[in-house]
Amino acid sequence: MRSIRLTLVSSLVGVIIFGILAIPLAYVLARRKFPGKGLVNGLVDLPVVIPHSAAGIALLGVISRNTWIGQAGEAAGIPFVGGMAGIVVAMAFVSIPYLINAARDGFEAVPEKLEKAALNLGASPWRVFFTISLPLAKRHVLTGLTMMWARGLSEFGAVVIIAYHPMVTPVLIWERFASFGLAYARPAAAVFVIICLVVFVLMRLLSGKPPASRHTEG
Amino acid sequence: MNEMERNEYPVLQIHDLSVRFRAFALEDISLDVFRGDYLALLGVSGAGKTVLLEALAGLVRPAKGRILLNGSEITRDKVQSRGIGLVYQDLSLFPHLSVWKNIAYPLKHKGLSSKQSKSRVEELAGQVEIRHLLDRYPGTLSGGEAQRVALARTLASDPQVLLLDEPLSNLDVKLKGELRGVLRKIHRSGKTMIHVTHDFMEAATLATKVAVVENGRLVQHGTPEEVFRHPRNEFVARFSGIKNLFPCKVVSYAGDEGLHEAIINDHVSIRYLGKDGHKSGYVMIPQEDIVVSEKPIESSATNRLEGVIREAYLSGSGMELVVESGVPFVVAVSRQSHENMKLQPGKRVWLNFKAAAVRFMDS
Repeated sequence: MRSIRLTLVSSLVGVIIFGILAIPLAYVLARRKFPGKGLVNGLVDLPVVIPHSAAGIALLGVISRNTWIGQAGEAAGIPFVGGMAGIVVAMAFVSIPYLINAARDGFEAVPEKLEKAALNLGASPWRVFFTISLPLAKRHVLTGLTMMWARGLSEFGAVVIIAYHPMVTPVLIWERFASFGLAYARPAAAVFVIICLVVFVLMRLLSGKPPASRHTEG
Repeated sequence: MNEMERNEYPVLQIHDLSVRFRAFALEDISLDVFRGDYLALLGVSGAGKTVLLEALAGLVRPAKGRILLNGSEITRDKVQSRGIGLVYQDLSLFPHLSVWKNIAYPLKHKGLSSKQSKSRVEELAGQVEIRHLLDRYPGTLSGGEAQRVALARTLASDPQVLLLDEPLSNLDVKLKGELRGVLRKIHRSGKTMIHVTHDFMEAATLATKVAVVENGRLVQHGTPEEVFRHPRNEFVARFSGIKNLFPCKVVSYAGDEGLHEAIINDHVSIRYLGKDGHKSGYVMIPQEDIVVSEKPIESSATNRLEGVIREAYLSGSGMELVVESGVPFVVAVSRQSHENMKLQPGKRVWLNFKAAAVRFMDS
């Protein structure tokens, strides 16, 4: 159970921390034209197309104890390698494309004229983002967040490279299977699958109806 | 500053404005809009009228030129701080917000208390007669209702100049009439308004000033009376609905100062009063200035042409006749005259009009 909690919490923390950065990036990719935009779009998809063990190795090159990020983490008491922080980063790194792509599609679907109209009515660009763009892209963004969380908590390849311990559930299942066989791995796998299923059904229900279809209220 | 002085001071000044946006280009537009003006910006679809509105609102960057609001330059000011409100043709109501929240949206920046906001929303809803719709969502509104909500929302931002992009398009005749009433009411409240339209009747019935845009250029600007009665070129004339407009060659009379003869074709020539020096151009005869008679009559009218009625149809409260007299003339008559004189197709009639009624336009 401890492993399942660690898995759920790590992936959720990754979604929260990196989601705050990814959603504005998705908006920028949907709305702005800038040199190198194609390259950025390609980089966003990179974690999906490379083997996740390779992604883990690449990440290790950035957050290992030999790097300044790794050393800063150690100094602050949050070691990446072999720690929860590393698990969070690994999970977020491989799952963030799902959020960015879904949110970008959502923002692209919001008519730009609505944003212009809001600006014309005196709203600042920030207020336009939070009151018009984000609520209208809400369904896509929530789907992206759910997908990111789902992808994050099922991650094995990158996590096992960064942090074998503490053991997240996919690593735990693999370790039990490899060391003791199918019978030992099955209960953990079953519990994990059931918990994930319950969480995602709830998430889908919370995503709610699309806002544009709302009708008379009162 | 008294009322007269205020009216003589332009609220909005546009100097040599050029805008290039996708397929549209506006060139060297210069225009002053005075406080309390209701300016109709007329032009065919694709003339660049909407682009001009977007440039004024700051949504499109001009290539050159200046825009001044109350004497201060706003050409490069941010959209949200320009004080120019724009109601888009598609209205752009926020679909996820109720009518109430749509109208209250601009009030957030005004520093009003919630009580003040509430009363302002109710006041605006009352002005455009949509109090009963405040709890509804835009997706449930009819075209006319949505138009009123968009007007109230833009008015809530208290713009110095209100820009309307084709506000009466996509509405049926009854709704158009009702909305015209709302627009007049807003104008009477003192708002300076610019209304883009391709319908000259719409412009004539609402506007105090008219500006005509053709191929991205401002071709004429003035009161509706000036523009419609003295169109500066053929485009404006045809656009303003003048029907008796004919290309002609000009013969001047040496002895009779100001009197010229416009030769329309081998059979038809018309006398008119005008300046010397033109060899060709267009003549216009307002249809209401033509008197129809059954026989040639003795009168001060210099022009008398015989013709045959080809068509007679209802037009507004009266009738219009198309009389073939070498060229087709359109003549306005009352229904009573139509009945009394039996002005039916096939009947021969005389058309009488003064030389002074004929307007000449240089080509």
